Amino acid sequence: MKDLRARPRTTVAAAAAGLSLLAVACGSSAAASASTAAPGAPRDARPASALAASSLAAPGSTEAGSTALAGTSPITRGASASETSGASSAPEDLTIWTAFSGTLGATFDHLVTAFNSSQHAYHVVAVYKGSYSQVLADTIAAFRAHAAPNIAQIFDAGTATIMDAKGTYVPVHELMARYHLPFSTADFIGGAASYYETAADQLDSLPFNSSTPVLYYNKAELAHAGIMAAPHTWTELAADAATLAAHGQRCSLTSSGAYVMWTDLEQYAVWNGYHYATEDNGYGGIKGVKLQIDSPPFISHLALLGNLARKGGYIWNGVATSTVPLFTKGTCAMYEQSSADLTTIEAAAKFPLGVAELPVVAGDKAAPQNTVVGGASLWTLAGAAPASYKGDALFLHYLMSPPAQAYWASHTGYVPVTNAAAALLNSEHFYKTHPSDLVAVEELTNKPPLPYTRGIRLGYLPEVREDEASAIAEVLSGKETAAHALAVAQAQGDTILRQFAAQYGG
Amino acid sequence: MRRSRRWRSALRHLVLVALAVVMALPLYLAAVVATHSAASVLRGVPLLPGGHLGTNLTTIFGRGVPDTPSLTTMLANSAIMAFSVALLKLALSIPAAYAVTFFRFPGRRIAFALVFVTLMLPIEVRFFPTYAVTAHLGLLDTRTGLVLPLVASATAVFLLRQSFRAFPLELADAARLDGIGPLRFLVHIVLPLTRPILAAIFVLEFIYGWNQYLWPLLVSSSARQATVVMGIREIIGAAQSFAVPQWNLVMAISLVALVPPVVVVVVMQRWFVRGLMSGIS
Amino acid sequence: MGASSLASASVAVPSATEPATEPAPRTARGGAPATRGLGRRRPTRGDVAFGHRLLPALLILPELVVVGIFFLWPSVQAISEAFQQTNAFGLGARFAGLANFGAALQSGYGQAVWVTAAFTALTTVVSMALGLFLATQVESTGRFRPVYRTVFIWTYAIPGAVAGALWLFLFEPGVGPGARLLSYLGVHWNFALSAPEAFGLVVALTVWQQTAYDFVFFSAGLQAIRADVLEAASLDGAGPFTRFWRVVMPLLGPTVVFVAVMDVLAALFGSFAVIDLLTQGGPGGSTTTLVYMIYRDGFQNGDVGLAGAETILLFVLAGILLAVQVRVLNRRAHYR
Repeated sequence: MKDLRARPRTTVAAAAAGLSLLAVACGSSAAASASTAAPGAPRDARPASALAASSLAAPGSTEAGSTALAGTSPITRGASASETSGASSAPEDLTIWTAFSGTLGATFDHLVTAFNSSQHAYHVVAVYKGSYSQVLADTIAAFRAHAAPNIAQIFDAGTATIMDAKGTYVPVHELMARYHLPFSTADFIGGAASYYETAADQLDSLPFNSSTPVLYYNKAELAHAGIMAAPHTWTELAADAATLAAHGQRCSLTSSGAYVMWTDLEQYAVWNGYHYATEDNGYGGIKGVKLQIDSPPFISHLALLGNLARKGGYIWNGVATSTVPLFTKGTCAMYEQSSADLTTIEAAAKFPLGVAELPVVAGDKAAPQNTVVGGASLWTLAGAAPASYKGDALFLHYLMSPPAQAYWASHTGYVPVTNAAAALLNSEHFYKTHPSDLVAVEELTNKPPLPYTRGIRLGYLPEVREDEASAIAEVLSGKETAAHALAVAQAQGDTILRQFAAQYGG
Repeated sequence: MRRSRRWRSALRHLVLVALAVVMALPLYLAAVVATHSAASVLRGVPLLPGGHLGTNLTTIFGRGVPDTPSLTTMLANSAIMAFSVALLKLALSIPAAYAVTFFRFPGRRIAFALVFVTLMLPIEVRFFPTYAVTAHLGLLDTRTGLVLPLVASATAVFLLRQSFRAFPLELADAARLDGIGPLRFLVHIVLPLTRPILAAIFVLEFIYGWNQYLWPLLVSSSARQATVVMGIREIIGAAQSFAVPQWNLVMAISLVALVPPVVVVVVMQRWFVRGLMSGIS
Repeated sequence: MGASSLASASVAVPSATEPATEPAPRTARGGAPATRGLGRRRPTRGDVAFGHRLLPALLILPELVVVGIFFLWPSVQAISEAFQQTNAFGLGARFAGLANFGAALQSGYGQAVWVTAAFTALTTVVSMALGLFLATQVESTGRFRPVYRTVFIWTYAIPGAVAGALWLFLFEPGVGPGARLLSYLGVHWNFALSAPEAFGLVVALTVWQQTAYDFVFFSAGLQAIRADVLEAASLDGAGPFTRFWRVVMPLLGPTVVFVAVMDVLAALFGSFAVIDLLTQGGPGGSTTTLVYMIYRDGFQNGDVGLAGAETILLFVLAGILLAVQVRVLNRRAHYR
């Protein structure tokens, strides 16, 4: 613990060197996943990893090294807390459930290892539980069965589901206050704070991995069709699609596979300044909230995608199919996808890659407004051993420290969630050398959010998204008109929202 | 007449071979894909085996697909689960079936009725409350919690009872007159004579255990407890997250996962069909 | 009682009336209805063998303990949860009356019932027809019989999830050979977006496996029909078709009913892995069967009360269905 407070004040480079030497000493966790040409091999130009090699055999690194090594092995990564106990001097195990796999898992393990070796009272065990919705489902089931982890990573869409279930978690602002750790909503960048804050402007969970969708584009293919810049509006995009098709590039656009409803309905709403749901997208309360997606702006957007799809200009193959290869293999020239996938895409794309802001609706004076974060925040669950909460607080506090955040943001496509970390990255000239990473930050902070562009605070939002995905599939396959499909999705979604309000006593 | 019969026979073989080919095609293509590299699978459908089988096998048994449990561990867990389910089922249902068939005791019918209800709700339907109970008992992510709920169904009891009921009364009477106790009668006379049905139950339960998907997925949260069948979904997810989807590895693992139950059924087919159908006659 | 017909039919009858398979391999089959197991008293030899009282209780105790803990207790819990409303994490429970049942009927239950019914009917009819066809043809192949047997039996043992993985690849719109073949034939295949394609794929895969299962039992049923019966019919001048419909089918009757029951149960309860691997119930709920819906609502969406209500509704539906089948089964009994 003693180093923990000191470390945040060092520069990114120094802290990162400290972190990475652990990884190098133990045969780098990144190497394990990179060896099969894993999604997003580590980005070489990153400041932290550049320094790693210089400080190989540091004294005392062996012990930490072995835990980090164990951390990369799936078998022990899944080890439960009950495993290690015995000697009273043994650190107390804290379990965190995440959806981080592959390179992200390795990068997160890195932070965990750094925390574990910085103190001896607690030992954090990160367990990969599968997809975001899997983590939420497992956390719910485990909580009901009194077997919850200490901390769970709950994705954006699950926020209301847990936030409104008072008693299931210890709000992070209370937790920090209890252990006298400095913490304020104002520490966080606008987009992250607004998405997760309560009506009282407090944070119940720690915003962690945060990203926002951007428009990736294949510079070579656009240039081949004589298009020199990414489209600014959807009208331009449709025109570009026609030009691309005329030049033999049939598919001009694809969207996130699992989260097309996030890119093309939720983020589309806030970026263009439309209401996604009543009550400021649910921020005003859960009772009587209704979706607003059965309205002209959404219908026209979905119709545009449907028209493109009919000619093969837009491809999306259902929530279970990744669309990354469609873009990186050159099948589609542009790609609406989370900035979190930047590393993956950079590693796989064999063409000059461009990253631009999302297109806006032509003629919409409010646009662009701001995007909101997607990703996940970390929740401290109730019902754990009282002694463990101090460990939770210390770990979360470590994760929000500028070096940890800067390390995380610079090794992934996520944005730094605290202002201090953003400042730190700036002072390191990170965004000068990595302009692609800046696009997401600019979108998030484009304008101060309006009451209805803070985020989407709807209960059972994952279920609502399922119905939206069905609607999108029907429009893209030409089975339904956009108007009809969205009307159905809205009706189904409203049923779900009513059910939520009934269960949560709204 | 003879010629037309020969023609008919030839036609029959033709149709059957064609159908057999259709049935086997998915497996053949999977096997072919398992012998290629991921990149060549992406380029086009290989119809003939390639030279990457060794590499792929080394990969799946060695490093494996990133972020998925080790294949050896999963296979071992599957085997343990399949054998545990089969043996435990026999151990529980033999005495139970013996009791309801050869004895008359108070509560016999109620006991029988209780067991009967289990037929109505397989674990697929009652998994949620079963999960809660398993958690309540602290058995989540343990082998016991994995196996016991799967054993809580009475189909084997019914099969055995049917077989026991057909037992010649004279044998039991003779045994009683000779002063042979019920347990000795069970072990030395009943069980040896009902071997085919015992084998049949073993085969069915082995496959049932090996092929379980939903329950292990819910109850086994750590990679140490993962079985190969429940692991398939995760493996597909991980393999697809690559820039070049590793379908060759998925196919290789799938083939490895389906070999044990298929071999058991093919090798023991005659035995277990006879056990099921003529256990009584 | 005609001796020969009794001899041949009774072979199949016992397993036809009793649940013959444990939750058959691949999936959990619930087991067939025990028409004679319960209710109908028939003095059997075994009934009177031993007079002990404590011993049988001890013998049956382990089974009852396991069934009690892992079956009855959860079932009671499901019933009580169905009448409660809580938030996803199980807090704030309060009595909800029939609200969950109302929500269940609202939230696509009707569609799921139709999907399940169509899926069950299609897979049962097609697999039975194919299985019977294969069995009759293979029976007449003489010395090649064992070879064909082996060739047609194996798909049955493949784990549903693994079969799903194989087919997911074969029909993956981008890479899959099946999908490429279809697009070569001019079909723009994408089961991730097209409801009929997704439904057809799940049905085809289920038939692929279920046919093998049906084939095994039809083969065994056919073998049990004694050659002299067929010969006698043949001598009477009956042609092959007459012989099949007039002689073989009635004798095969109980096996047919048994296979039908097992197929229905497999479709009702056993399709989970295949659906989860291939379509996750989509697109647009077109492959959301009742069991898959319960899983999604209860586990994925954390709505335990709703899932409990849906479970009870499914239980009732399955009970009605099985009762109907039991009646059909009893009517068939006159064959003996």
